[in-house]
Amino acid sequence: MKHVSEYRAGDAAARLADRIAGLAQPGRRYQLMEVCGGHTHAIYRHGIEDLLPPEVELVHGPGCPVCVIPMGRQDDAIAIAERPEVIFTTFGDMLRVPASRGSLQDAKARGADVRMVYSPLDALRIARECPDREVVFFAIGFETTAPSTAVTLLRARAEGIRNFSVFCNHVTIVPALRAILESPDLRIDGFIGPGHVSTVIGLRPYRFIARDHGRPVVVSGFEPLDVLQSVYMLLGQLADGRCEVENQYTRVVREAGNPQAMRAIRETMELRTTFEWRGLGFIAQSALKLRPELSAWDAEARFPLPAVRVADPKACQCGEVLKGVIRPWECKVFGTACTPERPIGTCMVSSEGACAAYYNYGRLARRRGREPAGRPETPSGTPPPTGGIPSPSPGAPARTGGIAASPSGSTTTPSSGSSAKLPAGIPVPR
Amino acid sequence: MDEREREAIERIEARRRRPRRRLLEEQVTLAHGAGGGSTHALVESLFLPQLANELLEPLADSAVLDFDGGQGRGRLAFTTDSYVVRPLFFPGGDIARLAVNGTINDLAAVGARPLCLSAALIIEEGLPIAELERLARSLGAAARSAGIPIAAADTKVVERTKADGLYLCTTGVGVVAPGRALGPSQMRPGDRVLLSGTLADHGMAIMVARGELELEGEIASDTAPLHELVAQLLAAADGVRCLRDPTRGGIATTLNELASAADLSIVLDEVALPIRPAVMGACELLGIDPLYVANEGKLVVVVAPEDLDTALAALRNHPLGRDAALVGEVRSEPPGMVVLETAFGGTRVVGMLAGDPLPRIC
Repeated sequence: MKHVSEYRAGDAAARLADRIAGLAQPGRRYQLMEVCGGHTHAIYRHGIEDLLPPEVELVHGPGCPVCVIPMGRQDDAIAIAERPEVIFTTFGDMLRVPASRGSLQDAKARGADVRMVYSPLDALRIARECPDREVVFFAIGFETTAPSTAVTLLRARAEGIRNFSVFCNHVTIVPALRAILESPDLRIDGFIGPGHVSTVIGLRPYRFIARDHGRPVVVSGFEPLDVLQSVYMLLGQLADGRCEVENQYTRVVREAGNPQAMRAIRETMELRTTFEWRGLGFIAQSALKLRPELSAWDAEARFPLPAVRVADPKACQCGEVLKGVIRPWECKVFGTACTPERPIGTCMVSSEGACAAYYNYGRLARRRGREPAGRPETPSGTPPPTGGIPSPSPGAPARTGGIAASPSGSTTTPSSGSSAKLPAGIPVPR
Repeated sequence: MDEREREAIERIEARRRRPRRRLLEEQVTLAHGAGGGSTHALVESLFLPQLANELLEPLADSAVLDFDGGQGRGRLAFTTDSYVVRPLFFPGGDIARLAVNGTINDLAAVGARPLCLSAALIIEEGLPIAELERLARSLGAAARSAGIPIAAADTKVVERTKADGLYLCTTGVGVVAPGRALGPSQMRPGDRVLLSGTLADHGMAIMVARGELELEGEIASDTAPLHELVAQLLAAADGVRCLRDPTRGGIATTLNELASAADLSIVLDEVALPIRPAVMGACELLGIDPLYVANEGKLVVVVAPEDLDTALAALRNHPLGRDAALVGEVRSEPPGMVVLETAFGGTRVVGMLAGDPLPRIC
């Protein structure tokens, strides 16, 4: 397929893999965290780990939006869905997430009107078509999906659609990264940054990772060659002793992100004082809620919710998996009590969850370790290893080694400005 | 890989090979109808123990029974299937054609020559007669063009909202040529796996036709009767070991069933998988793996290596096998599993479908 196959070319991958092997110092261990579940999925789906030298380990991060929703919120969702007047709309991934009394799919089997949608605008359309029903959209996801929820809310308000509301569970990625970086058992050498989130928030919010925590970040695309190139760029930074925020995904991500999308979020949502993340616990200012002036479209204001905090099942170690402290298969219930057919933890539900990805795709990939690679000569100034990935910014400055860096050189320099404590510009509640 | 990880992997693989799946839910959910692991659990733990008999137990596309009609022995193929597709009409077909072709294909997949079909219609009160007439015409046209008569039929009407327009059940009978054994037990390491054409057309055509995706595309269902293609293939190539009709759950589920029944491994080559660009595009957009999407006019063929060229040529000689391709190989290790060698140079396991195919959200 055009615009896809060129990012999956086996020969380009093999060349890049050789260069990665050349950069990895024998005996040194590189633990790189891919923050986003989309990357986890791509890594397993394409067998990327097979192309990495044994020194490089990919650790799966907290960026699976399904995986981080705590059980109590899922219970709240089911309580709304079970109201007779409600049509509860949700992305497909949430249907099987286990809550205290089964999943949304089970609630649907008991009679709740639960419908799968692909976009919040589909939910709004249902609201228009069913004026005598209450249509609720289960909003989840990072800054990637928040703008579409925001735009839908603005449209509902403009059209005066009153039988539509949003159960808002949007979360923001930076506080979760901060929580991981401040965790005492941090073992991560560098981060593969979330590409889609960055199209919205830009690169600035990650600077503290390089500056305050001394870990390099490369914001990456989602095709397998993107991920491999990002690993190469991270190893390059580590080899040079650099620690910067670099942009591999230049064909999509701009340094400033998407101001229009951020504006739509700001217009409709504000930060919660705190929000519980599954496995990570409560993280201050890490999630969004609807602004008070939109309370007419806020499901939390319109429906009574149990709002009971439910502890994760004792055996479930999703938290440790999300922090990268343990690998999926090190969890006590992995593959025994917890399987994709009958998940206990959220990481086993979504195809972006580390456990489901590992269970479904990963088993064989792990079986065949690569031979410890030799160290081919990689003089500076070698031609681009990726065999000409098309780039929308051909004039972008090139890094030594020839890989296109971010369109603006400034992102690779630690900023001297004030620290980016909050995701750029989201208002804080008073 | 350390000892603990090896143990975890062995645990997963043992589970995958476990012949009987347990049914853990308290209520039927849509996942039980998706054709993957949950459907297997429902069939194997709830129905099979009650219906236990040697005709049903192979769980093949059709049962094959020996009979003696007084004038010598023969073998009959017998199968049944219900159709609940929504919408009733979609690009490339409708529920009636789907039902006729689907049952013919279940017969063809055991190597049978179909003799006749039955059709039972459950109709919802309020269905416009014009639509029913269109479907009746389509039912007749599909049977005529396949050359298989509908020899028995039944109609029932239920109250409004008790059926989604129309449900249709077809049953088929065919005869199997003597002396030809087909099935997973015939598979050997080194055999090749062929696919008679492009992947995932039917499932994606239905998703687009539902109009919920605001996707427009020229994706048409591949629904087609495969009995003539199968006859041509079996006449040409003696080395055909096994045939399957990969419908619900896609080729991933079908190949898992074969690998598990044969206790062998199937290794697929991602680059070789035939798929239309529009279908691939829709799958990428929705985050759906085409290996798990339904087909309604495709055949998976396992053939001995010496007959590979003959079988491929026989398939390609028929209009329904024009895009036939060699997509994989049977190996002995790891038994019971399907593995994909990715275009990117890695490998991954292709499991059986779990739940409904869920689109990823970001």
